[in-house]
Amino acid sequence: MPLPPDQPRTLMPLPPLLHDTALIYGRYLRQSLRSRFALLFGLLMPLLYLLFFGPLLTHLPLGARGSSWQVLVPGLLLQLALFGASFAGFTIIVEKSQGVVERLRVTPAGRLALLLGRVLRDATVLLFQAVLLVLAAVAMGLRAPLPGILIGFAFVTLLAVSLASLSYALAMRVDTPQQFAPVINALTMPSMLLSGLLVPMTLAPAWLDALSRLVPLRYLVDAVRDAYVGSYATAHVLYGALVAVALAALSVTVGTRVFRTAGA
Amino acid sequence: MTIISTAGLARTFHTQHGPVEAVRGIDLTVRPGEILGLLGPNGAGKTTTLRMLTTLLRPTGGAATVAGCDLLADPVGVRRACGYVAQSGGTDPQVTAREELVTQGRLYGLTKAQAVERAEELAREMDLVELLDRRTAALSGGQRRRLDIAMALTHRPKVLFLDEPTTGLDPGSRAGLWDLVRRLRDEHGTTVFLTTHYLDEADALADRLVIVDGGTVAAEGTPGALKRTYGGSPDASLQDAFLAITGRGPAPADTAPVAV
Ligand SMILES: Nc1ncnc2c1ncn2[C@@H]1O[C@H](COP(=O)(O)OP(=O)(O)OP(=O)(O)O)[C@@H](O)[C@H]1O
Ligand SMILES: [Mg+2]
Repeated sequence: MPLPPDQPRTLMPLPPLLHDTALIYGRYLRQSLRSRFALLFGLLMPLLYLLFFGPLLTHLPLGARGSSWQVLVPGLLLQLALFGASFAGFTIIVEKSQGVVERLRVTPAGRLALLLGRVLRDATVLLFQAVLLVLAAVAMGLRAPLPGILIGFAFVTLLAVSLASLSYALAMRVDTPQQFAPVINALTMPSMLLSGLLVPMTLAPAWLDALSRLVPLRYLVDAVRDAYVGSYATAHVLYGALVAVALAALSVTVGTRVFRTAGA
Repeated sequence: MTIISTAGLARTFHTQHGPVEAVRGIDLTVRPGEILGLLGPNGAGKTTTLRMLTTLLRPTGGAATVAGCDLLADPVGVRRACGYVAQSGGTDPQVTAREELVTQGRLYGLTKAQAVERAEELAREMDLVELLDRRTAALSGGQRRRLDIAMALTHRPKVLFLDEPTTGLDPGSRAGLWDLVRRLRDEHGTTVFLTTHYLDEADALADRLVIVDGGTVAAEGTPGALKRTYGGSPDASLQDAFLAITGRGPAPADTAPVAV
């Protein structure tokens, strides 16, 4: 049976970057939807904090306006993104061993699209989990203004994009999960503790407060906490936004560079 | 007229235990429509060469053009012209064969409808019709191999790189693949660059053979010429020639008795 004759290609209606990113995004979103369990599993840790840690804070003087939930929930949201996105690279280590990464890299698809499609999938999944977490928090007693909650989701998305990009970049450079996990653990745990995710750093002694200012995540947490009490035009929100955008730009640049040159 | 030409193509890997010179300066040319067989012992640098020629791996030395595109200056041009079947395949076990084929078509710029149709066409061509809706994890090794090849043919590449395409195929599927390779060349003028460890396959299929050893070209020529030059006698086998070239022949019969 002869192969059919060559057909003319129709012009792509979308710019190549968008077209390719949408394709890769679709591929990996379908992958996430196939494992509903994994889709919810990431919520387990923040939900446990909400249920068993949140009530401990309700009568503590946390030094902020609003209720203790308005302090805790922003932290839990960013914690969700911190851990969820940092471990995103695991999937690419598996895909490298299956040959899927090279099979995609041998096509003309843009290198930035190969990264962004995956990263946007992770951001989507984390955003979905963040919405569920906020709903659970509302059931537990959280009351916060809607614009503040939406600003919180924007920060979750930016953090997810940043950390997932860095995670994929690292994963492309290592061969086994055993090389990957220790590095991620060594970075996520200190970030969580030093950024005041669970209890605000305003309660910390001066040296710890100073140290925590070196951790970018701290600025995001402070910004979302302000937004959750309805203060939008504050220095915290401004710095948080600047740090979040700068971190995302830097991380996507690093990720694309690694995707471009990978294969060493 | 050449469709692939390399000059001093080299790749050194830097590992914790020092540098590994996987490919140490390969010069070769391939004519359009040629079926070229790349042979060589394990670790000779065949896969590394293919990964460089398909833009997956940056050379650490030398230069190459594929289908008129320079490897470094125009990698996207090279990617558009090439199809590649890796030694270990490249399908996601959780995804169906159909979805993989459609995604592949769309990555090469087909519309959704075109990609769906192309998937059906390729499935008929590669005898995968019944298997289209199975997850690739549920395919046998040989069936998955045919899917890998179908994916590489999606965009009707000018140059097809096949890394050990028939490893693990039953005799019928192997004959089918030889047929397909010849047909791609005869009907579409496709250039096929393949590696294999099966000397009967190299003999039957390839117009010309390049034998690499230790990252350099040890010999090249038509199967007939290699047999005459290296095999010692006109009716020597390709096996004799291969062993003579790579210096891994069996020890002469009169040495010490074998202790097993
Ligand atoms: N990523 C890598 N890092 C370090 N060394 C590598 C890497 N990839 C390949 N090598 C080494 O380069 C050499 C050539 O490997 P290559 O895979 O090209 O051989 P091959 O001819 O395809 O062998 P086979 O017939 O076994 O498939 C080998 O010594 C191999 O160990
Ligand atoms: Mg190989």
